[in-house]
Amino acid sequence: MRVLVVGGTRGMGRAVARRYAERGASVALVGRDADALLRAAQDLDVRGAAEVATVVLDLNDVDAHGRALDEAWVKLGGVDVLVVTAASFGTQAELEADRARMLALLQLDFVATIALCEEARVRLLAAGGGTLVVFSSVAGDRGRKTVGLYGAAKAGLGHYLEALDAGYRSAGLVTIDVRPGFIHTDMTAGLPAPPFAGLPDEVAARVLDAVERRQPRVYAPGIWALVMLVIRWLPRFVLRRVGF
Amino acid sequence: MNAPAGRLAGWGGVSVVGTERRGPLRRTAAAASLTRGLGRSYGDASLPPADHPVAAGSVGNDAMLAFDEASGVLRAEAGLTLDDLTRVFLPRGWFSPVAPGTRYVTLGGMVASDIHGKNHHVAGTIGRHVESLRMLLPSGEEREVSRSTEPRLFAATLGGMGLTGHILEVALKLEPVESPWIWREEHQVPDLDALLDGLERSTAWPQTVAWIDTLATGRHFGRGVLMRGRWARRDEAPLLAPQPIVGPSVPFELPGFLLNNLTMRAFNELYYRKQIVPMRAGVVNPYGWFWPLDAIQHWSRAYGRAGFTQHQAVFPRAAGRQAVRTFCEKLVAWGGTGFLAVVKDCGEEGEGMLSFPEPGTSLALDLPIRPGIQELIDRLNRLVLDFGGRIYLTKDAYTRRDDFERMEARRLDAFRALRQEIDPDRRVRTRLGDRLIDPVGA
Repeated sequence: MRVLVVGGTRGMGRAVARRYAERGASVALVGRDADALLRAAQDLDVRGAAEVATVVLDLNDVDAHGRALDEAWVKLGGVDVLVVTAASFGTQAELEADRARMLALLQLDFVATIALCEEARVRLLAAGGGTLVVFSSVAGDRGRKTVGLYGAAKAGLGHYLEALDAGYRSAGLVTIDVRPGFIHTDMTAGLPAPPFAGLPDEVAARVLDAVERRQPRVYAPGIWALVMLVIRWLPRFVLRRVGF
Repeated sequence: MNAPAGRLAGWGGVSVVGTERRGPLRRTAAAASLTRGLGRSYGDASLPPADHPVAAGSVGNDAMLAFDEASGVLRAEAGLTLDDLTRVFLPRGWFSPVAPGTRYVTLGGMVASDIHGKNHHVAGTIGRHVESLRMLLPSGEEREVSRSTEPRLFAATLGGMGLTGHILEVALKLEPVESPWIWREEHQVPDLDALLDGLERSTAWPQTVAWIDTLATGRHFGRGVLMRGRWARRDEAPLLAPQPIVGPSVPFELPGFLLNNLTMRAFNELYYRKQIVPMRAGVVNPYGWFWPLDAIQHWSRAYGRAGFTQHQAVFPRAAGRQAVRTFCEKLVAWGGTGFLAVVKDCGEEGEGMLSFPEPGTSLALDLPIRPGIQELIDRLNRLVLDFGGRIYLTKDAYTRRDDFERMEARRLDAFRALRQEIDPDRRVRTRLGDRLIDPVGA
C-alpha cells in the first residue's frame, strides 16, 4: 500500500499516517515545514513504514500542487490512497473580526483544498484509480452560528466531494468525505470540548476502515453519525432555541 | 478525568484553577510550572500551584525517534503513551518492561512516578530499564541525563514526581516477549493468610497480583483472588495478534448515592464469584490482563462528582504480614472500604531517590471522597508509620507534610538538597511538591 498524506505532521493526518505506517505501508508526507516533515518521517520509520518520503508544499501555493504530487508519485512509485487533512480553523467571532483571516481561511479550506483534489483526481484516474480521502467537518452539516464561515467552506467541500464520488467511482476513483466531530488536536486546543469529543487516533481507525470498505462518507468517531443524523433533521426554530 | 473549563484535575477528579498548554514541549515547558502527561496520577501531582497555574501538556509530543532491534532500546518523546507503544510494539514481539494498571499514561509520567507493575518482584520499577533521559532543566538548559553522566539527577528524576525538570525524551529498553499473549492462572483464596501465602509461593511467576475483598468479614476476612501469569509460549498462543479491549464508557459522573456499602458489596461479591471454579487457567488477552479497568472508559466517573482518591502503601517485609492484617482490619473498622483493594509483593528497592516500592507488601485501595476522608487518610498513615512503611505519591492527595517527612526520614533530605542545587528559584513546582516536598519560602 502506498499512501500520501497532506497535513500528516500533526493532528488527525499524523494519526492516519501512523496507522498506515504501523501496517507496513509506504507513506509520503506532504507539508509546509521541512523540519516537522523530517521528524514525522523518522517517527513513521520507527513505527514500521516500509518506506517514508517527504515533500515540502504550502497548500496555499496552488501553482505548486501538481509538482508536489508528481514528486510524491515518483518517490512512492505510485499512490493508492491520497489523504488530505490540512486545513485551518477559526471561530465565527474571530473571522468576523478579522477580514484578512476570514479570506485566508476560505481560500485554504475551500479553494486550495479543492484545487489540490483536482490535481489528485487527474493523477489517480490516469493511474487507473485509487482512493481520495478528504477531511471536511460536521460543521458543514448545518449552518451553525459559532462556526458559520468555517462550516460554509467545509459544506462546499463536502458538496464537491459528493459530486466527485458520483462522477468517478465507476472509473475507479473512490472519494471519501471524512467528517470528524470535535476532536482534541492542536487546532481545537483551548476550545471548550462538547460531549462525544474524540481523539485523533479514533478518527484514524475509522478512516482506515472506511478506505477498506470504500464508504463515501464517514463520521468519526462513530457516535457522531448518530448525533449529526439528529441535528440534520431538527427544524431551524429548534436549533435557534437551543442556541445551536 | 475531565475538568470544567479553566480548571485541571487529577484522575481522582479533584480540580484546581489552571490551564494546560499544548504544543511542542520545548516551547510550552519553558513558561510552565510543570509538565503533565495524561493526568492519571490520582491527586495533585500533575496540578500547578495557585500562583502560577500553568502546566505544559506533553500529550502530542509522542514521536518515536529511534528503535534498536538488537538492544531493544526505544527512544521516544515523553508524551508517547503506553497505549501507543503497545499497539506498535507488541505485535512485533516487544513490550514495556514494566506496565502499570492503565495504558493511558505517558512515558514521562511513568518515569516521574517510577511506576511498578505485576512483575515488580522480578523486574523492579520502570527506572531500572530507563537508559537515558533528555531533560529541560529548571535553569532552561537542555541536557541528556543518564545513570553514568548525571547519577544524582537521574536518580532524583526516577520517581521524582516531575519536580527535577521537564522530561522531553525517554530512552527505554523494551522487553522481548515470546508471544503477545498471556498465560495466567486465577485462584480464589478464602482468607488473608492463604492470599499472602499464595503471593509468596508464586515468586517464580514473572507476574503476580492479588485482589482482596475488604468488605468480607469473619472467617471470610481477607478473601480474594490470586492472579499469576507469564507471557504465553509460542505453541500456546493464538495465531492472531491480540486486539485492544475497548468497552463502554461511563458517559457522565454517576450520582454519589449509587456508591454505598450495598452496591460495593455486590460488586465485590460478583468479582469474587466471577469464576465459578476455584481455579482457572489459560491464555488471555494481555490488554485485559494488564489493564482490566481500561476497558471501561472514564471509569473514575463512577465515583460521582466528589471524586475519589487512593491510598497505596508498602509495608516492609520486616513488619511482616501482621502489618497487612492490622491495616485491613482497621480499614474495615473505620469504614474505609471500597472497590478493589490490590495486594502486591514487592521486590528490590529501585535507584530512584523517592521511588515507592520496597521489599515487602503493597496494598492499594480506592476511597470515595466523602466527609471525613482527611481523618481516614491520617489514621491510615499513622498505621503506615507504625509499621515503618511509606506511601505512593502518585496516588496521594491528602497526606500531611509531617507524616510524609517521617515516612521518608531516610531519603527526603537528599532529594531536597538536589532540588535546591538545580532549582534554587523553584521554577518547577506542583501542588504535590508544595504540599509535601518543598513549599515555597520553606
